[in-house]
Amino acid sequence: MGKDTKLILDPLADNNPITIQVLGICSALAITAELEASIVMSISVLFVLGVGNVVISLMRNIIPSKIRIIVQLIVVATLVIIVDLVLKAFAYELSKTLSVFVGLIITNCIIMGRFEAFALGNGPWRSFLDGIGNSLGYAVILIIVGFFRELLGSGTLLGIKILGDPVAKTGLYAFGYENNGFMLLSPMALIVVGIIIWVQRTRNKALIED
Amino acid sequence: MSLKSKLHNLKEKYKGTKMAPAFNALHTFLYLPNETTHNGTHIKAADDLKRTMNTVIMALVPCLIYGMFNAGYQHYLALGEIEAANGFLGGSFWTLDNLILGAWQVLPLVVVSYGVGLAVEFLFAVIKGHEVEEGYLVTGMLVPLIVPVDIPLWMLAVAVIFGVVIGKEVFGGTGMNILNPALTIRAFLFFAYPTWMSGDKVWVHGAVERAGTPDAISGETLLGAYAQNSSLPGIDYWDMFWGLIPGSVGETSKFLIIIGALFLIFTKVGSWRIMLSTLIGALVMGLIFNGVVDAGWIPDTSKFYGLMSVPFWQHLIIGSILFGAVYMATDPVTAAQTNKGKWIYGFLIGFISIMIRVFNPAYPEGVFLAILLMNVFAPTIDHYVVQGNVKKRMKRLKVKTA
Repeated sequence: MGKDTKLILDPLADNNPITIQVLGICSALAITAELEASIVMSISVLFVLGVGNVVISLMRNIIPSKIRIIVQLIVVATLVIIVDLVLKAFAYELSKTLSVFVGLIITNCIIMGRFEAFALGNGPWRSFLDGIGNSLGYAVILIIVGFFRELLGSGTLLGIKILGDPVAKTGLYAFGYENNGFMLLSPMALIVVGIIIWVQRTRNKALIED
Repeated sequence: MSLKSKLHNLKEKYKGTKMAPAFNALHTFLYLPNETTHNGTHIKAADDLKRTMNTVIMALVPCLIYGMFNAGYQHYLALGEIEAANGFLGGSFWTLDNLILGAWQVLPLVVVSYGVGLAVEFLFAVIKGHEVEEGYLVTGMLVPLIVPVDIPLWMLAVAVIFGVVIGKEVFGGTGMNILNPALTIRAFLFFAYPTWMSGDKVWVHGAVERAGTPDAISGETLLGAYAQNSSLPGIDYWDMFWGLIPGSVGETSKFLIIIGALFLIFTKVGSWRIMLSTLIGALVMGLIFNGVVDAGWIPDTSKFYGLMSVPFWQHLIIGSILFGAVYMATDPVTAAQTNKGKWIYGFLIGFISIMIRVFNPAYPEGVFLAILLMNVFAPTIDHYVVQGNVKKRMKRLKVKTA
C-alpha cells in the first residue's frame, strides 16, 4: 500500500477519528437522528477539512507558531461560514435541522486536530488526502449511526417509509411493530457508537488499549 | 441412571469444548454444584451465589402469584363483572377466574424474560468461554414484575436483550455491572415505547384494545390520577396497602413486599440499612412537600399540587417505592458497599424518587430513575466514605506518634 493511499484508508478503520481517537463525538450524537442530516454534515466536514488542510499547509511556513491557533480558527471559521450560507441558500429546511451544529463544526476536534497534527508539517497534496481521509472516516461512522437510528427510530431512510406506515398500519406495523423512541434520543446514539467501537475492537484485537 | 449422573457424564464428556458452559449451567441450575463461586467479590459470604439468588427469588414468588390474581381482578373489576374485594381476603379477589386470566397474561412475560435473558447469557458464556453466571436468575424474575401486564412480548424480548448486553455483559457480566439490569430493561422500555409503559391505558389488561370503543375501560394508576389533581374512586388506604390497585404486575401489594423484605432481612440477603434509609428519604421529601403546601406557597391550581398535597406517609403505599427499596435498591452489585455509604445511597434514592414523582408529571413514577441514578453514584459515595475513614485514622495515627 502506497503512502498516499494509506492517508486515505487508515482513518476509515484502524485510525478512525471517532471510534479510535474519540474526537467529534458531540456532533455524532446530536445530528444523527436522521440519515439525511448525517450525510449533509459529513459533506460539510469533508469540505471544511479538505480545503482547510490545504490552506493551512500552504501557509505553514509563514504562520508564527505563537499565534497559529488563531490563524487556524480564522481559516476554519471562514470555511464554516461558507458552508452555513450555502446550506441556508440551497437547503433551508436541512440547515434548520442541523441548526447550531453547522456553526459548531468550528469546535470539532477532528478539524483542529488535523490542522495541528498534520497540515502544519506536510505539503498541500498530502494534507489534502489526509483531510479527505479523516472526514471520510468521520462520515462512515455518522452514516452508520444515522442509518440505524433513522431506520429503527422512525422506520424511514432518507425520509422514505421503509418499514411501512405507522398510522395506516401497513408493512411491519400491521404485525404490531412499533418505532423505538429511544433511538431518537441522544443517549442511544452514544450506545450505537459504543457498539461500533465494541465490534471494531473485537475484530481487531490490536486496537484494544489497556 | 439418574438425570443427575447423566448430566454429570455429559459434563465430563464435553469438558474443554465450546459447549461445556451450557451443560455446566444446566447441571448447576438443577443440582448442587461440586464447586463454589471463585471470582467476583460482590457478595462477601461463605455460601454460593446460587443460594443468594434463590433466596431473593423465593421472596419474589408471593408478589408474582399475587400479581397474577391482581391482573385478573383489575380486568374483571374494570369491566364491572365483579364486586370490589374488601380487604386482602376479599371473596372476589382470590378466584380461579382471576388466576386463570392473570396467569395467561403474566406467565408469558416470565417465560420470555427468562428464555431470552438466559439465551443471551448462554451465548456470551459460549463465546467468551466462561461459565454461565447465575446473575440472570433474579433479573429474570424481577422483569415481569415491573412491567405493565399488557406489554407486547416482542418489546419485552428486545428490552431484555438490550438490558443484558448493554447493562451487564459489556461490563464483564455478573458482578461487574454498574446499573441494575432489570431497571435498565425497564428504562429501555420506558424511553423506547412510552405509549406501552405509561399513561392511563396500559395498567389494566384489555384497556388498550378497548380504547376508543364504547366498551372502553380505564387503566390508570393511582399515581397517574394524583398527578392530574384527581383520584380514583372507591380506593382507600387499605386497598393500597393490600395491593388491590392497578399498577405494574408485582409491585402493588405493599403487604407482601413487606413480608418479602422481612424474609430478606432475616436471611441477611438484603441490606436493611438501604431499605430503611430509602423509606426515610422518601418520608423526608414527602414532609418537605407537605410543608410547602401547608405554608401556602403553592396555589391549588398548580399542576404539582395534587401530588404535593398527598400526606407524606401515603407516598410509601401509592407507588412502587417499597418494591424498589426492597428488591432493586438492595442489589448487592450496584448498591453502595460501605455501611455509611448504604445510608447515604438509600436516603438519596428515596429523596429523589419522590422529587421526580412530584415534579415530573410526564413520569408519574420516578423510583426506577432514582435508583439508576444512584447506581451510578454508588462507587463515588463509597470512595468518599473510605477516604473519610482513611483520613480519620491518619489523624489518630498522628496524635499517637506526636
